[in-house]
Amino acid sequence: MSLIFAIFTPILIALLIPFLFKRVPKIHTGWFVLIVPVALVSFYATYLPSIMSGSTYIDELPWIPSLGISFISYIDGLSLLFSLLITGIGSLVVLYSIFYLDKKKEKLGNFYVYLLIFMTAMLGVVQSDHLISLYFFWELTSISSFLLIGYWYTRDGSRFGALKSMMITVFGGLMMLGGFLILGILGDTFSIRELIAQTTTLATHDLFVWALVLVLLGAFTKSAQFPFYIWLPDAMEAPTPVSAYLHSATMVKAGLYLVARFTPIFAVSEVWVWLVTGVGIVTLLWGSFFAVKQTDLKAILAFSTVSQLGLIMSLLGIGSIAYHVSGDLVTTYTFATFAAIFHLINHATFKGSLFMIAGIVDHETGTRDIRKLGGLMSLMPVSFTIALIGSLSMAGVPLFNGFLSKEMFLDATLSLQHFNLYAMDTWGILIPIIAWVASVFTFVYSLYFVFHTFRGKYKPEQLPKKAHEAPLGMLVSPGILATLVIVIFFVPNFLGNTFVKPAVVAIQPLTYAVPADVGFTIKAWHGFDSIALYMTLGIFLVGFVLYKLLPKWTAIYQAIPSKLSLNKMYDGLMNFADHGTNRISSLYMTGSIRSYLLYMFAAIIMLLASTLWIKDAFVISFDNLAPIRFFEILISIILVVGTLTILFTKSRLTAIIALGAVGYTVALFFIIFKAPDLALTQLVIETVSVALFLGAFYYLPKLNKHEKGKEDRGFRLGNFIIALGVGVMVTLIAISSHSQKLVPSISQYYKDTVYSEAGGGNIVNVILVDYRGFDTLFEISVLTIASLGIIGMITVRLAKKKGDRKIENK
Amino acid sequence: MEILMSILIGFLFMAAVYLILSRSLLRIIIGTGLLSHGTHLLLLTMGGLNGKAAPVLKDGVTDYADPIPQALILTAIVISFGVTAFSLVLAYRTYKEIGTDNMELMKGTEDND
Repeated sequence: MSLIFAIFTPILIALLIPFLFKRVPKIHTGWFVLIVPVALVSFYATYLPSIMSGSTYIDELPWIPSLGISFISYIDGLSLLFSLLITGIGSLVVLYSIFYLDKKKEKLGNFYVYLLIFMTAMLGVVQSDHLISLYFFWELTSISSFLLIGYWYTRDGSRFGALKSMMITVFGGLMMLGGFLILGILGDTFSIRELIAQTTTLATHDLFVWALVLVLLGAFTKSAQFPFYIWLPDAMEAPTPVSAYLHSATMVKAGLYLVARFTPIFAVSEVWVWLVTGVGIVTLLWGSFFAVKQTDLKAILAFSTVSQLGLIMSLLGIGSIAYHVSGDLVTTYTFATFAAIFHLINHATFKGSLFMIAGIVDHETGTRDIRKLGGLMSLMPVSFTIALIGSLSMAGVPLFNGFLSKEMFLDATLSLQHFNLYAMDTWGILIPIIAWVASVFTFVYSLYFVFHTFRGKYKPEQLPKKAHEAPLGMLVSPGILATLVIVIFFVPNFLGNTFVKPAVVAIQPLTYAVPADVGFTIKAWHGFDSIALYMTLGIFLVGFVLYKLLPKWTAIYQAIPSKLSLNKMYDGLMNFADHGTNRISSLYMTGSIRSYLLYMFAAIIMLLASTLWIKDAFVISFDNLAPIRFFEILISIILVVGTLTILFTKSRLTAIIALGAVGYTVALFFIIFKAPDLALTQLVIETVSVALFLGAFYYLPKLNKHEKGKEDRGFRLGNFIIALGVGVMVTLIAISSHSQKLVPSISQYYKDTVYSEAGGGNIVNVILVDYRGFDTLFEISVLTIASLGIIGMITVRLAKKKGDRKIENK
Repeated sequence: MEILMSILIGFLFMAAVYLILSRSLLRIIIGTGLLSHGTHLLLLTMGGLNGKAAPVLKDGVTDYADPIPQALILTAIVISFGVTAFSLVLAYRTYKEIGTDNMELMKGTEDND
């Protein structure tokens, strides 16, 4: 089985799911789906031994060869780790969903199709070596996540959450695409491996920092970092298996993957270290602080996820300092990367199990509101045990894997004292302090989550259902994850050697060649001289006190959030996009033809005038002019008087007759300027036109009937200015173009050959029917169409329905 | 003469644009009529007004007026006549159906566009 084929397996199987759902209604569709991730996880597991010894695999499927775009599956320590997480947690989530979703009530076909599409998309993201195919899969995760969040599409909350996550992650995705394109252009390749090879030349380019920031925007929005985390709590409207899978273990870690994957390219920039560490640490504090405020079980977990993702992000940032130092410090900072990957795995285990427990509580009691829950310990002992393991691990208590990674995190933040972040002395001290405070809050909400749900008084009157223990099948997946939490604590170095070290090699290829070189071991006990130990003790002590006094100080949340609410800002932005833009466009889209004509004329005037001005194009020359004769002046005066009459008359009849007069004057001009055919046509047509106007005049209302008193001066003045502008521009352009003729007329040819070639004497007529007969053909068509249209308008009447007359008569 | 004609054409354009910007349908159509007159004269003027004889072959004459602009104008006159006739009938029908010839009242609003 090729690596590319493995990526596309889930989406191909997804094609079969609707048939299975319809044809085999007796068996829960999830059992068929379960085969896919289980098969894939065993497939990827076979790569583990060779990845541990430092080899990598690559497989390519050309997509658009002419543009050099192909699907490239590249397996190294990092992508293998993520692939195993995706398929492993995926198997457990599918198993859990079989018991969580009812096969009769739910549209399982949809659910599993979306889930399998998502699985393909995630595998594609973590294995793609080509930037464009990485982006392709990246957006596929956004879309499938949108579909999964909106799975219960009849609920308002689901639709809102789905739209919000779509908006934010797609915004980030598009920014990221911009970054990718810059990178691709700078490096002249879209392959990540080839870009890593030329990172030092890339870094010298001005656009490098832009590429960095844009790619980071993609990572931050996907991984719910500050201030883009706001979609994650709203995405909790998804079914719980989705929350457990997408929003704790996989999709939100795509951003972390991206940061880790691009570290070898971007870490040479100081901006990278700054942004990744800073945003990560702020997200950590912010998420942990607001998690305590939540009353919904899944919302607590959502904020906790945000905060833990911030923790991993900041560790990746600290780890990238290794690119800026030398000697022993390289190892010191690479340790942060090591801790980041280790915590990433730990987080997937305990957060997955906690989400599943929250789903079980919801499933068995009918509510997720922590204020209504309580005293479930004796009713649901197994769930309680699993929840306790998960929570204590999240809090960082010994005997659980969270303790190990929390200690490593504190150590890593303390290591910043060796290296003040770019002369900002305070940063080196500030980060461990923020980390410590955030850890205290983490401790508080972990206890809050588990004890407020399972201890205290049982309130059956507030629960929609009678609480009882979940079926065994539902407990299997969280049970396995909780077991892993404890197993990892006791044998952390097995995990470290198999998964973490190859991933560290992938992130820090300059430091290490093969995983065996990475010399870190994970120790539960650091000895009494470790500062992290005392920090941890402090966390437990202060955290416990804060937890006990919880009702006393939660009042501060009432004061703060309303002012600092990022959701308010998002809503305002969306509201502006909906209504504000509508208001802006209705400002100028008035529906009145006069406004649009004004815009057009004004635009014409400005464009022409500025062109004339900038090019200094106005030329007036008195050479080669025809002489002015007396009767020409006379005709001109008649023309002007006729036009003025049209403008100022109050009577329609006068206007029409004046128009006729103008037409006949034009015919006179044609006579003077030696154009007999034109004069003839003009006279005939003017006569017919005036007759037509008079015909319309019989039916149309009086010209000024409705205009009396309405047409104010300002209206006329504005029109006059625009009209004057157009007139002046036409005059100026006519004069200058006549004053600088560049080439002689081609009409000499016609004059010479009209008789010898065409056998005619009237040059104009021969041009019309012989030299340029096509024009005449289509001019005839125009007349035909116009007359057919007129006949149609006059004779065709559509049957009128009531309410058809919608034009307002004010 | 060409400069005088240019000014005259500019004046025709000004009047036409002013009429087109007004509210009454009939005035707008009159405006388009003036606009086509202006355009035809512009075509003729740009071809030069120096010709001594009409472009019909005649023994002993060499200085004919330029025939190309005349052919173009002839085409343009016919087309603009077709369009004017069509828009007049359109205005007539509009007035019959809607009961107004005021462009400002023919606005589509949010409810009925």
